[in-house]
Amino acid sequence: MKRDVERTGVFTRRALLLMGGQLAVLGTLGVRMYQVQVRDGARYNTLAEENRISARMIAPPRGRILDRFGTVVAGSSTNWRAVLVAEQADNVAATLDAFSVLLPLSEYERARIDRELHRRRKFIPVLIKEFLTWDEMAVIEVNAPDLPGIVVDAGTSRNYPFGPQMSHVVGYVAPPNEADVADDPLLGLPGLRIGRAGMEKFHDLGLRGRAGSVQLEVNAVGRVIRELDRQEGVPGEDVGLTLDAGLQVSVLNTLGDESASAVVMDCRNGEVLAMATNPSFDPSVFNSGVSQAQWLEWTNDRRTPLINKATSGLYAPGSTFKMAVALAGLESKALSPGDHINCPGYLDLGDTRFHCWRKGGHGTLDLRGGLKNSCDVFFYEVARRTGIDHIAVMANRLGLGVELELDLPGQRPGLIPTREWRISKGHAWNMGDTIVSGIGQGYIQVTPLQLATYVSRIASGRLVQPHLTRRLAGVMQPGSEPDDWPVIGMTEKLLQNVREGMWAVVNEPGGTAPLARLADPGVQLAGKTGSAQVRRVSRELRESGHFDSEKLPWEYRPHALFVAYAPYDAPRYAVAVVIEHGNAGAAAAAPLARDIMAETLRRDPANRTAAPPAQVAEARR
Amino acid sequence: MWREPSFHLMGKVLQVNWLYVLLLCGLAGVGYVALYSAAGGAPEPYATRHAERFAIGVVLMLAIGMIDIRAIAKIAWPAWFGGVVLLVLVLRMGHVGKGAQRWLELGGLQLQPSELMKLALVLALASWFHRASWQRMGNPLFLIPPVIAVLIPVGLILKEPNLGTAAITAMVGATIFFAAGVRWWKFLLIALPIPLAAQFAYAHLHDYQRARIDTFLHPESDPLGAGYNIIQSKIALGSGGMWGKGFLQGTQAHLDFLPEKQTDFIFTIIGEEFGFVGGLAVMVLLGLIIIGGMLIALRCRHQFGRLVALGISCNFFLYVFVNIAMVMGVIPVGGVPLPLVSHGGSAMLTVMVGFGVLMSVHVHRDVEFPRARDDR
Repeated sequence: MKRDVERTGVFTRRALLLMGGQLAVLGTLGVRMYQVQVRDGARYNTLAEENRISARMIAPPRGRILDRFGTVVAGSSTNWRAVLVAEQADNVAATLDAFSVLLPLSEYERARIDRELHRRRKFIPVLIKEFLTWDEMAVIEVNAPDLPGIVVDAGTSRNYPFGPQMSHVVGYVAPPNEADVADDPLLGLPGLRIGRAGMEKFHDLGLRGRAGSVQLEVNAVGRVIRELDRQEGVPGEDVGLTLDAGLQVSVLNTLGDESASAVVMDCRNGEVLAMATNPSFDPSVFNSGVSQAQWLEWTNDRRTPLINKATSGLYAPGSTFKMAVALAGLESKALSPGDHINCPGYLDLGDTRFHCWRKGGHGTLDLRGGLKNSCDVFFYEVARRTGIDHIAVMANRLGLGVELELDLPGQRPGLIPTREWRISKGHAWNMGDTIVSGIGQGYIQVTPLQLATYVSRIASGRLVQPHLTRRLAGVMQPGSEPDDWPVIGMTEKLLQNVREGMWAVVNEPGGTAPLARLADPGVQLAGKTGSAQVRRVSRELRESGHFDSEKLPWEYRPHALFVAYAPYDAPRYAVAVVIEHGNAGAAAAAPLARDIMAETLRRDPANRTAAPPAQVAEARR
Repeated sequence: MWREPSFHLMGKVLQVNWLYVLLLCGLAGVGYVALYSAAGGAPEPYATRHAERFAIGVVLMLAIGMIDIRAIAKIAWPAWFGGVVLLVLVLRMGHVGKGAQRWLELGGLQLQPSELMKLALVLALASWFHRASWQRMGNPLFLIPPVIAVLIPVGLILKEPNLGTAAITAMVGATIFFAAGVRWWKFLLIALPIPLAAQFAYAHLHDYQRARIDTFLHPESDPLGAGYNIIQSKIALGSGGMWGKGFLQGTQAHLDFLPEKQTDFIFTIIGEEFGFVGGLAVMVLLGLIIIGGMLIALRCRHQFGRLVALGISCNFFLYVFVNIAMVMGVIPVGGVPLPLVSHGGSAMLTVMVGFGVLMSVHVHRDVEFPRARDDR
């Protein structure tokens, strides 16, 4: 029994010891709790605030692109799409199966959906199908009970009311790539698009706008509990173009099925009223991704629908270049307005003979007659006297072979050859090269836009630059007044010599382009034809008399060109038309240029009363 | 002579330590409030179930408290064997949760055999040492069977693997050895190789267990991964400050930043909404319950009851310590709930069964329960 008492004593001592230890441990925890909660409380409080607030960006609506009268040529439209919220579906796979019975999903789409469902949290909607038609939406809504988790929502997508008719100017948008997102995190927002070509690309920053932000209270998995603060972003600016959408459509109709390009420019200020390229492509295709088949079809088409021929199509200007040669001659005094040159039908240089297009020759001609008849020998001689360097300087000054200050990405500068250029390529410059340059052949390459600029400068005597932007966010941009542009620095008298020649081409009996004459006798058009060979015609073939370009395969036929301005007495509009492989400029291009000019004059904004107020308001918004 | 208390039912009911029951009700009440808040200010889905389970638990506790402690002693070893069988079963066919097999499904009831095992171990060890005379306590051979009785369940729990519960089980066993009067130097003999064993164990731990220890040591190294729980728990506690954000005003818990906020991390809700003052009050309550259990042990006249009450109290203390220390980032996250506060049915019932046995010790504190015949 005594031993039991000892045992009890030991137990009591040790139990009290344990109890004391336990209380000490609890006390330590209490101290620790004091440290965390009271001593470091402020720090943790800040962390707690940061924890629950998440700042997110909200995408601003992309600015619209309007024509000069406020017609929308690129806008945003509602994109109805079906999305799946996984947590609202009892069985995701069953819902998707039911959905694909109603609206088939390709294997590729299904794989993408599965991938996204797997990657994202269950409450984040996953896109199932977009660009739903009204009927498709109806099918989904009617079957909603069988499609738990499927919701139809409205996103935005870029839409182009004029489709292919404007695509080369307006461009298109496409999903941004990772490098773009690194530059501007705004682009990382779902559904945002970046301008990839045309005005969409040039004005992308303005059109994009500035992101707004919203402060959200979120829980640990990122689910939004409520909105705490919201800062609206700045919507993208509207861009007003110089283009007249109606004229653009009309020009395209005039071009018909030809692989061709036409530019209509206000020759007093360089505003581009129409820039038409045929064939074209549908810009909205890029919104959702281009299929391989579509891409191959475009790239294999020898009529190059993806290339904006107006700014990147390079052509020898042919006889349309003769005004530049004449002005170079006049200004360098190599040619005086009264000079007469005899055309026997050819010009011999050493043992090389350069032919005139008319076999028997034109006889003796002055400058006006040379232009009117488009006599090749006349301009061979002028070029020979003037020299390539003077010609190149003049051509560049008139806008040929140089990069223009155009607000559209992707223009090509073309080429006006010079002695230095040829030497830099490791060749000597021959007099023969100067001779053929006199009729716009050889190495010379220009674009239709350059031709229109060239004619505008001749017609107006001002160094206008072509441009497409008229308004930004409703504010007129400089460049719409003639006085915004410097004068060309040649006397009116000098210019008048070539203008008269161009007038004679169309309006005098015996001119090369009688077909370009306007129906309205009150308004006269001045112009110049051109045919640009795409391959060398051998002397034997030409001399055999059997040369007939009409019989050549399409791709070897010469390009047909026509440049014009009107009205002759008060120049207002310049037109340049290039029909690829259209043979003779007088026959193929001149009538089209006439129709385009007639339509341009008919639609002359100066003849219109001010644009209807509603449209102006639209344009300013 | 022993004064044999009146053993009709009414007499026993009067012998119940009602103050202690009141303390338990208070703790369960804290649990109700915290779970109400955890559900975003609603009794569903946690608080009501919690109250129901506690009510059942109290009835169960009182019922067990009526059972004669000597009868309970008789089933100590069968209970130990039963526990071992269940632990083997759980390894064979248990449900896998968080990479470990921990519970059995028994007719809709989730059973964690490791919890029952601890109680059975306490009973078995108490029964073993109850019959030991002071002389036999000095005989090392006499200590070998109880050591094995500890090592078998600890090994099985480690194999689940459940590091936290295995450690608690071993420590509960050690406390009973200590209270029964095993010499200090014998503990030292066992304690000395522990650092070596820890090295060895770390090398053989599961990756997730190692990750717990690593992130405990450097929680900021992986703020969105394994360190997340500790950081978020400290942020929630710390943002509570001295007086707390107020009932239902805790942002961190309600916004789900806290993982398992209704189970293992329930204490952070209390700390965030009621501050240091509220948390301290709950800790005082827990301390009172621990002290109450120890007082029952000290007050008991027979060795079996003393050891059982002490074992159960220590088990409760270890639970509380591991949970709160984990929540405050003092020890690695261990998956141990806060008894009577955390949501969870099976844990609540085993805890209440334990308190039932404790109550039986209290009710039968003065019964004649001599050592067995073999004692000299």
